[in-house]
Amino acid sequence: MERDDIIEYSLDNHHNEEQGKKIRKKIYFVTALLSVVTIVEVAMGIIWGKAHIDVDGAGWLTIKSIFIILTMLKAAYIVMTFMHLGDERKSLRNIILIPYLIFIAYLIFILLVESTFIFDLKQALGWI
Amino acid sequence: MAGEATQQIDNSVLWGGGRSPFSVSYGKMMMWFFLISDALTFGGFLTALGFQRHHLEDVWPVTESIFYHFPGTHAHLPLIYVAFMTFILIISSVTMVLAVEAGHRMDQKSVVKWMALTVIGGAIFLGSQAWEWNTFINGSEYGAYEMADGTMARLDVDHTTHVESLVNLHSGDVITDQSIIEHVKENNMLVKGANLSRNEYGPQLYANFFFFVTGFHGTHVLSGVIINLLILIRSAQGWYEKRGHYEMVEKVGLYWHFIDLVWVFVFTFFYLI
Repeated sequence: MERDDIIEYSLDNHHNEEQGKKIRKKIYFVTALLSVVTIVEVAMGIIWGKAHIDVDGAGWLTIKSIFIILTMLKAAYIVMTFMHLGDERKSLRNIILIPYLIFIAYLIFILLVESTFIFDLKQALGWI
Repeated sequence: MAGEATQQIDNSVLWGGGRSPFSVSYGKMMMWFFLISDALTFGGFLTALGFQRHHLEDVWPVTESIFYHFPGTHAHLPLIYVAFMTFILIISSVTMVLAVEAGHRMDQKSVVKWMALTVIGGAIFLGSQAWEWNTFINGSEYGAYEMADGTMARLDVDHTTHVESLVNLHSGDVITDQSIIEHVKENNMLVKGANLSRNEYGPQLYANFFFFVTGFHGTHVLSGVIINLLILIRSAQGWYEKRGHYEMVEKVGLYWHFIDLVWVFVFTFFYLI
């Protein structure tokens, strides 16, 4: 009996040699990309790391932002390609990513606000 | 990479309703749900780290002044070893995704090969992690003295003249007055290395976060290596060949990639920034 009510079921997610070649090519591309990004990050960390730069200046803020953007880039490639989330149904992708991202963005926002307040308070009290 | 169903699937494998929501199997979906909750835990850890270090910005140590060791050399090489660890984890993630791909082709030999390489990569990472902890726990050669303001100052001995000086790890100020150094040596506490109650490099919170974040991640790596090993043995025994699909490899693959994903963030927020 052939069942017709099962559509695109992932257990039957087989592919042939030719499709495999295409997928492997993509994997190698992402590998190269992740390696290059890591090397760039490490090189930046060694040249413009916190130890060699004025932490209060705009330079460090730029470096920090570049680090975070590169990290997000790496994370996106790992989740979308290695974890195949980019190939799943759009609805699954959204229920996994959107609530998480909203919650974490909120958490980061609230903690930075509170942390800044504590820092300012300590300064106002003359503790630092 | 979704494909048409070609064979009859038992209802117990399918979800109760007769078709699978989101076109994924129950196990894979639950793996994703577990990963979301785990990601929230790590997100909590890392945002808490951000919170603490943001208001302790004035005393927070520069990671490069702590982790600059490399096995077999005394050279000052900040970031190099942790970059090596990051690279190992990325490569083991790649071998994992290649194992998943081989599983989709029902290529048992390749699955076993790539899974074995993944396990080896994970083991190398665990060993590196242990070495990194060892470095941090043992601390520097001479340790550091706790100053009155809570900052730490390290005793530096010139190798040729044997003249001692105190270098403040936070401000970078150097004390060369021998009477002050003698006074500090007599009255202040010498802290050597770091643990959950002492940290010679700066605020105690730094050590606590280091142990908790990398320790929690290391525990994940350990369990990941064990699970990968089990799946490797089962693939080699032909379990999944008989079952007709390698979805188990895909599921543990998700967990393994997640570990790599977390490390990408730990690397940035602990070591780079």
